[in-house]
Amino acid sequence: MSRSAPPRPLHSPRHRLTTRLWHWINFASVTVLFMSGLNISNAHPRLYWGKAGFAPEDAWAFIPRFPGWATIPNYYSLAIARDWHILFAWIFAVSLTVFMIVSLINRHFYRDLTTRWREWRPGAIGADIRAHLKLNFAHGARKYNFLQRAAYGLVIFVMLPLMILTGMAMSPGMEASWPWLSEIFLGRQSARSIHFLCAWGLFAFLILHVAMVLLSGPIGQLKAMIFGKEPE
Amino acid sequence: MKRRNALMALGAGLIAGCSKLAETGPIAGLMERAEDWHRTAQRALGARQALAPEYDRSDISPSFRGNGTRDPATDFYRAAQAENFANWTLSVGGLVGRPLSLSLADIRALPQRTQITRHDCVEGWSAIGEWQGPQLSTLLDMAELDERARYIVFRCADRLNGAEYYESVDLIDAYHPQTIIAHRLNGEPLPMKNGAPLRMRIERQLGYKHAKYLTAIEAVESLESVGKGKGGYWEDRAGYQWYAGI
Repeated sequence: MSRSAPPRPLHSPRHRLTTRLWHWINFASVTVLFMSGLNISNAHPRLYWGKAGFAPEDAWAFIPRFPGWATIPNYYSLAIARDWHILFAWIFAVSLTVFMIVSLINRHFYRDLTTRWREWRPGAIGADIRAHLKLNFAHGARKYNFLQRAAYGLVIFVMLPLMILTGMAMSPGMEASWPWLSEIFLGRQSARSIHFLCAWGLFAFLILHVAMVLLSGPIGQLKAMIFGKEPE
Repeated sequence: MKRRNALMALGAGLIAGCSKLAETGPIAGLMERAEDWHRTAQRALGARQALAPEYDRSDISPSFRGNGTRDPATDFYRAAQAENFANWTLSVGGLVGRPLSLSLADIRALPQRTQITRHDCVEGWSAIGEWQGPQLSTLLDMAELDERARYIVFRCADRLNGAEYYESVDLIDAYHPQTIIAHRLNGEPLPMKNGAPLRMRIERQLGYKHAKYLTAIEAVESLESVGKGKGGYWEDRAGYQWYAGI
């Protein structure tokens, strides 16, 4: 419960139009980026730490080959996968930026996604997890409960921007313009490893997110995210 | 179960449809434009002559991977190798006022640039090496580049799957200070797998732009009449982006 969050007016949409638009644009672009990314991974399925690396003995991870049904296109083509990846990177990055600016202006982030220090106490988090395991998804006075705000916050403010930054850090053209980019990740190959790990982190979020939607009335949730209506 | 099958079929259909769209359709046009957006954005963010990072000797990779052609294996190349490339010539022609034909001794006698840079392959791996050679701009100035020239094409002695390798860059990258014609790697003459006796270094782009086994440099107004028109071996055959800064 948070006293500072004002109650939302009656009849306001559950999700704002910008949130709904971004949610689906983001879902589509992240899906294309993930699947074309798996195709790109197949071109050199080893990961390294540091600035450089190419030899098996330097690798920290050997990635299995991803099958055609999981990749875009559905056969191995580094060139075409890169075309998809590079086009949808624009859609992904621009839509995230616009969503962030609008959500700062209309206070969506402040009202719905901020967490308080006391909510991060292990006891409080444990209680929230136990409530979720009992399928009690009470929100308190705010739109989302603590675990939701923490998860959405982690995805929107950490993981998605990290995908963009590590992606740009791998580009030799960006490297000349913004050399600090690969330095903050301790080298291009480290950035590539983080890009890969973070992509699978987002996949794990997707699984959890879809599971929670299925457990909390999927039809109503979908209606809310498409039409904006409060689920009955 | 039925619903899941329908969803799977829908998914498969979407992916197949997407693949078709990528090959023809409006998406292909968008993809080509996205390549231009990246080039424009990257060049807007940094200076046209922004340098790729240069590294310390301690960063140099213990061995430097060779990729693509690792041995041209033609009679011409074998003969050149046997005489230690003593008669290897690099021609500079096309839209120039004064065509050149340079021996390796001529190239070594030009002002040199030495740089320790990171080589990024389109596949995802990287290697760091120290390269030495004259700047391409020196050669273009010597040859008096014609003002109609828009692109610089690199011709190579190797054949990949039966076709000659070639690449091209625009004048911004051609005149970039780190764009050199390397004849040494880590203080030694270039190894065969890395393009002996001469190769390009185009430091702000991916590895396939760095033409190896270099025999000729040609200034052209348009890429249409070069190869199949897309500006490079991989661009023509597999559809790789001509601008490989990403």
